[in-house]
Amino acid sequence: MSAPDLPAGVERREIDGETRLATRGPPVYGEPTADGWRAWDPGRSKLGGMFELGFETGLSGDETVLYLGAASGTTVSHVADFAGPTYAVEFAPRPARDLVEAAEPRDRLFPLLKDARTPTRYAHVVESDVDAIVQDVATRGQAEVAVRNARFLADDGRLLLAIKARSEDVTAEPETVFEGALDRLREGYEVLETQRLDRFHEDHLGVVATPR
Amino acid sequence: MTDTDDNADAGWFAGGSSAGSEATGDDPALRARIAGGEADAPRDWPGLAVESGFADSRDGYYDRLHEASVAATREAVRERERADDKQLVHAVRAMDDCERTANELAERAAEWAGSLFDDAEPGIEGARAVAEREPEGELERRAVSLAARVADLAAERDALAETIDRIAPAVAPNLAEMAGPELAARLIALAGGLESLAKKPSGTVQVLGAEDALFAHLSGRAPSPKHGIIYTHEYVRNTRPEDRGSASRALAGKLTLAARVDHYSGERRETLHEELRERMATIRARVEEGSGDGGGDGAGDDTVAATEGDE
Repeated sequence: MSAPDLPAGVERREIDGETRLATRGPPVYGEPTADGWRAWDPGRSKLGGMFELGFETGLSGDETVLYLGAASGTTVSHVADFAGPTYAVEFAPRPARDLVEAAEPRDRLFPLLKDARTPTRYAHVVESDVDAIVQDVATRGQAEVAVRNARFLADDGRLLLAIKARSEDVTAEPETVFEGALDRLREGYEVLETQRLDRFHEDHLGVVATPR
Repeated sequence: MTDTDDNADAGWFAGGSSAGSEATGDDPALRARIAGGEADAPRDWPGLAVESGFADSRDGYYDRLHEASVAATREAVRERERADDKQLVHAVRAMDDCERTANELAERAAEWAGSLFDDAEPGIEGARAVAEREPEGELERRAVSLAARVADLAAERDALAETIDRIAPAVAPNLAEMAGPELAARLIALAGGLESLAKKPSGTVQVLGAEDALFAHLSGRAPSPKHGIIYTHEYVRNTRPEDRGSASRALAGKLTLAARVDHYSGERRETLHEELRERMATIRARVEEGSGDGGGDGAGDDTVAATEGDE
């Protein structure tokens, strides 16, 4: 099984003597750079981890993306580097402050201070039929959030989801939490691939899904 | 649901000036629409914007969206950052007041209902049942109505708890993850705000909420309290009594750091949580090592938790 291709705009580059995942754009969080390429640390980014682990993301570059749980913009800045119009939803004000700074120099990155659990509050801004939803929200009900946001996704679009077990239930076994979340997810999506992200993110499950 | 009803299916740019018009002065209105607008469903906004003349091309639309969304979000962030920990404090205090008042009133309502109906049960649940009754006559009407207030207050308490669950992680992500939303809110309320919590030494955080015991200790009447409100945390409560002092100290130390990270950076910091899990595993492992001297009580619970931080 050969690893799927990375999207156009994401490359493995030599940075600081190491071959690392990288995108091209203005630096955001003091990451190492070389020749205009910024290292994308899979240990800090679930999506970066999914690329490193060879997930079949269906991304080829230039997609329209809705990113839920953008936090301070670490991952979404890389996404905006290789994708097309990118909507970044973040609910917490303090990280959103940094997100705005990351978005300012990226003219197709749109920061929104919104709660991913109430899509009607941003459906007047985010367009329909986006090619991909990337979700990394650390709240309870992560599958529920994905299902509610399915309305934005094109029929052949992809959901790239990182489920954090500890956000659902600190005491339960991660496997149990993941099963429950996947059950809920299947009410709105067909799950195409799942894999633990433990190499980079402890107790996280990476999921690729498409609307039903 | 007021005058924006007409716009329920309109994009954020509805009413915006058309492309190419210079210095139109509608920017504040557009920012307000992004921040406060709603739509039932997303639509092809770029296409519709071009159609309506708001932008002359999809690229032009995205340029205007970028400018407006960056400005709107910056403004909203500024506003929210000012208010949020104060709002959380209000919410948690209101929740406590609702709970206390509901319980108090429930007692009165149950006593009254017991004198009127044969099957009246005590507590909030009992009040809910009484509230469902069809009253006959003046007295029953008053007793049932009182029970209905109790049920409403209890519902308000639950709604406040949900709100706290939702906003605490936004105000203080690390603190809320470590302590749970409710305890995080209580710590912030006891300290008088996130900033003052962030500035407290961890020894103070450890005994927040145990002021009576602390002052009794300071005036020489009692031993020093081991823990305050953090007692409600699983790490303290489910640790055997002789190790609770260490557990509270470890937890308070990390909670203090979490509050500082939340106040000064706002970023999630995973290492903080890992360090606490490891420390707790070490403390709880003493149960096995020292099983010769201490009793074996509670050892079963502790080993479950201890393995959690091992990986």
